[in-house]
Amino acid sequence: MGSLFQGGHLLSILIFFPAVGSLALLLLRGDDHVFIRRIALIVSVAEFLFSLLLLRGASFTSGDYRLVEYGQWITSPPIHYHLGVDGISLFLVILTTFLTPISVIASWSSIGHRVKEFFVMLLMLEVGVIGVFLSLDLFLFFLFWEVMLIPMAMLIGIWGHERRIYAAVKFVLYTMAGSILMLVGIIWLYNATGTFDLPTIQQMIQTGTLVIEPRAEMLLFLAFFVAFAVKVPLFPLHTWLPDAHVEAPTAGSVMLAGVLLKMGTYGMIRFCLPLFPEAARRAAPWVAVLAIIGIIYGALVALVQPNLKKLVAYSSVSHLGFVVLGIFAFRSISMQGAVYQMLAHGISTGALFLLVGMLYDRRHTFEISEYGGLATPMPKLAAFFLVAALASMGLPMLNGFVGEYLVLLGTYQSHWQWASWAALGVILSACYLLWSYQRVFFGEVTRDKNKTLPDASGREKFILVTMSIVMLWMGIGSVYFTRRTAAASQAVIDQVEPQRPYEARVPGSTNILPDAKEISAAGGANR
Amino acid sequence: MFPRTDDLLRALPELIWCGFGMLAMLLQPFVRSRHFFTGLALVGAVGGTGAAFVAGATPGEGFYGLIESDVFSFFFRLLVGLVAVLVVLAADSYLERENLPFAEFYALLLFATAGMGVLASARELLTAFIGLELSSISSYILAGFRRDSTKSSEASLKYFLLGSFATAFFLYGIALVYGATGTTNLGRMDDADPGSNLLKLGLSLILIGIGFKVAAAPFQIWTPDVYEGAPTPVTALFSAGPKAAAFALLLRIFASVPAATHFWFWAFWVLAALTMFAGNLGALLQTNVKRLLAYSSIAHAGYILVAFAAVTFMANDLNGGATPAYAAVLFYLLSYALVKIGAFTIVSEIGGWGEKNLTLDDYAGLAQRQPVAAAALSLYLLSLLGLPVTAGFFGKFYIFKAAVNSHLIWLAVLMAINSIIGAYYYLRVIVVMYMREGSAEAMAAAPVRFPVAVNVVLAVTAIGTVYFGLFPNQVLNFILQPNLIAH
Repeated sequence: MGSLFQGGHLLSILIFFPAVGSLALLLLRGDDHVFIRRIALIVSVAEFLFSLLLLRGASFTSGDYRLVEYGQWITSPPIHYHLGVDGISLFLVILTTFLTPISVIASWSSIGHRVKEFFVMLLMLEVGVIGVFLSLDLFLFFLFWEVMLIPMAMLIGIWGHERRIYAAVKFVLYTMAGSILMLVGIIWLYNATGTFDLPTIQQMIQTGTLVIEPRAEMLLFLAFFVAFAVKVPLFPLHTWLPDAHVEAPTAGSVMLAGVLLKMGTYGMIRFCLPLFPEAARRAAPWVAVLAIIGIIYGALVALVQPNLKKLVAYSSVSHLGFVVLGIFAFRSISMQGAVYQMLAHGISTGALFLLVGMLYDRRHTFEISEYGGLATPMPKLAAFFLVAALASMGLPMLNGFVGEYLVLLGTYQSHWQWASWAALGVILSACYLLWSYQRVFFGEVTRDKNKTLPDASGREKFILVTMSIVMLWMGIGSVYFTRRTAAASQAVIDQVEPQRPYEARVPGSTNILPDAKEISAAGGANR
Repeated sequence: MFPRTDDLLRALPELIWCGFGMLAMLLQPFVRSRHFFTGLALVGAVGGTGAAFVAGATPGEGFYGLIESDVFSFFFRLLVGLVAVLVVLAADSYLERENLPFAEFYALLLFATAGMGVLASARELLTAFIGLELSSISSYILAGFRRDSTKSSEASLKYFLLGSFATAFFLYGIALVYGATGTTNLGRMDDADPGSNLLKLGLSLILIGIGFKVAAAPFQIWTPDVYEGAPTPVTALFSAGPKAAAFALLLRIFASVPAATHFWFWAFWVLAALTMFAGNLGALLQTNVKRLLAYSSIAHAGYILVAFAAVTFMANDLNGGATPAYAAVLFYLLSYALVKIGAFTIVSEIGGWGEKNLTLDDYAGLAQRQPVAAAALSLYLLSLLGLPVTAGFFGKFYIFKAAVNSHLIWLAVLMAINSIIGAYYYLRVIVVMYMREGSAEAMAAAPVRFPVAVNVVLAVTAIGTVYFGLFPNQVLNFILQPNLIAH
């Protein structure tokens, strides 16, 4: 067993184990719901444990891909089954495998009909997402990217709320519209290079064997970028997100916000920057403007939302704007921050969606006006909600702070104007989260129905405690993560801006965070 | 004088298909058993398909250049043979349900298949014309096979009138090409003068004739009505078989007549763009699943025409630059045939007696009533949509690749836009099946039990779709040979 996992096939196992699990579920009888839930839980927890082996199976002190698997799949054109993991994808995979069992538990009692199909879809979704994060072949990447659409659309469309079908179709069409152009781009790139292999193409670009004419490079960049920007979602391509989130069942929202949105930002880091560095540099100001608009616009819309779930959804638009800004500031610190923010957002927004879902299970509404004074009947739920809200708004010691801080720091070093605009978003996020928290939980209980609401059940407490611990750990022990993401982030930056002199440090900045020192040390060592 | 043995072997598939067709006609007055005729037709269809291997093992010209037995004709004989086998299996229960005469049906089906085989292996324009007529005339009758249904009769008449008009164009085109080159043999047109206006006119008329057969816009108007009116197994045949055979003839003309290629580039560019939009935009508004699939097959003809534009563009590349584009067409036709036959078979079974349940509303909640049928239909639709892990994805991928290879970026972008439009209506069917509740009476009714033969069709097409979606290698390496089409 040991050699099987350590030796070459851990990544394949990570991709295909949930697929096997969902096939096994498919063969079960559909009426024994408890048994089905248990099997789904066992599969997803086992998958999580497998993914933890990644941490032991490889060290991430350099930007190279680890645990690489390479095999011929299709001969003409040469398409390879090429997998690998680096510091950036490492934690995204673990985030996925972590959120899946959480979603399974969260759906334990709230999903009552077509239970078997639900868990089959959830596990298939996990297959697609992990495949996206681990693929190093452009074709394979695209394949997983598309495959994952259907289970997600089904999760929204079958188990969602009133306007679920509209939301599901919108979600698929938006994503597909973006990705089909990416396919054309991928084929174009293949025609220029003769390979779909990402590391090979990267090497060709770095060594100058492959020179793409600037106009073509910009078109290719856009073909990829739009596909990812839809997924992120970057303003003005974000309109599918509120619909999808509001209509999706809790588990769907958790996976959507927690993991799926990260596929977009991951794609930018993995493909847009290293493959088209020149175009990325030229596009950076425009992208940054869009990201800043997204940050502020998302926050402002969240501020006036009467619908609690939509509020959290728009806060995602705002938070993901930080990630995009961090990526396109081209500083290793901001890149680190972007990666960290991706993880932190996955946990804290995931927790918020779980909490909103728990409220919905009790009252079947997302309207803030229907709530009020909930802290009295359910103090525990209120406390957990506060933790998640504080984490989401970036309170120090909690996970949201580290990412936002690093992004702002790095962005400030390159363009202080960008950073100052983006900082507005931090303030606004405190406004909308605290204000909505106040309206939902504080004051007198305004509705009689709310007086007797039960507090968190044992299962809910388990989920929330787990999420809170992770939020706290990521807030305090950020070095554990940044140590592993540093080299890979630096490697990406090196590919975009190879000639840039060592970045000037803001005085005192290295002393605030222990990991900032690490980053600059790693950065220094590379030069 | 009796023909040489080799010549007979090279035409063996068509001879077997025709022979069994005639046998069915002859036995019809004496045998009343449906199972007997289904068995006979099955033996004939399988036998002819098997004979494709015999023909493939004796490569070369047959009947002094009238037909050609090469890898290309081998592939298409297998394809139309497979289509015939699957349609026989799918039609068996349909004919019983609708109380239609089976012997004639199978005989016409086998004649049509033989016609397609001739079309795919013709080396001579007049042979091609005979193949075209053989398959077309059988098709006209098959379309009107439900005599007591006005829709079916209308379909037949429409198909016949427009079809014979198109055939006349084709024939006139042959005459003009003969006038320009002095031959009707494709093998002797190597040195035809590309500047000759007579040749251009002749080729244009031929293109119009074939354009009608493959339902390329602006010659596609007949398609939705005929597809909707024809008995559903026949629709399955129409969408897979004759289309493949007509495309095969077109490919062979390209491979043999260098003068044709340059001239046709823009014609195909425009045809492809028009056809994609006509099919996809038309399908958007449909609520009848059979009609929706008819429009979708127009759209798919458009995608295949994109590969043709790539073929014409690359044809002057002497290093076999066009081979991938040829392969793209062949692979697409294979994946498309599997999917369309599977989808129409399900439509046929769900439709029930008199083809009543054809609207989207009849499919509401199908996933709960008949999960296997819904899953299979979803698989076919996703393949039509071009989602990975289905054969349709690779089909579309290779066409994209051929187009980008030939620097037809804008055509590729148009195709991408069309894929999105297509995604909308394919998804709509899936959404209805999985996400909408059926009417109370529909949900209360007992699920339609599919006969064994139908399940075999579904299994073959579904497994084929997934298998070629995961491992397209074998087929692809087979059709990527430089000597695919004999010169």
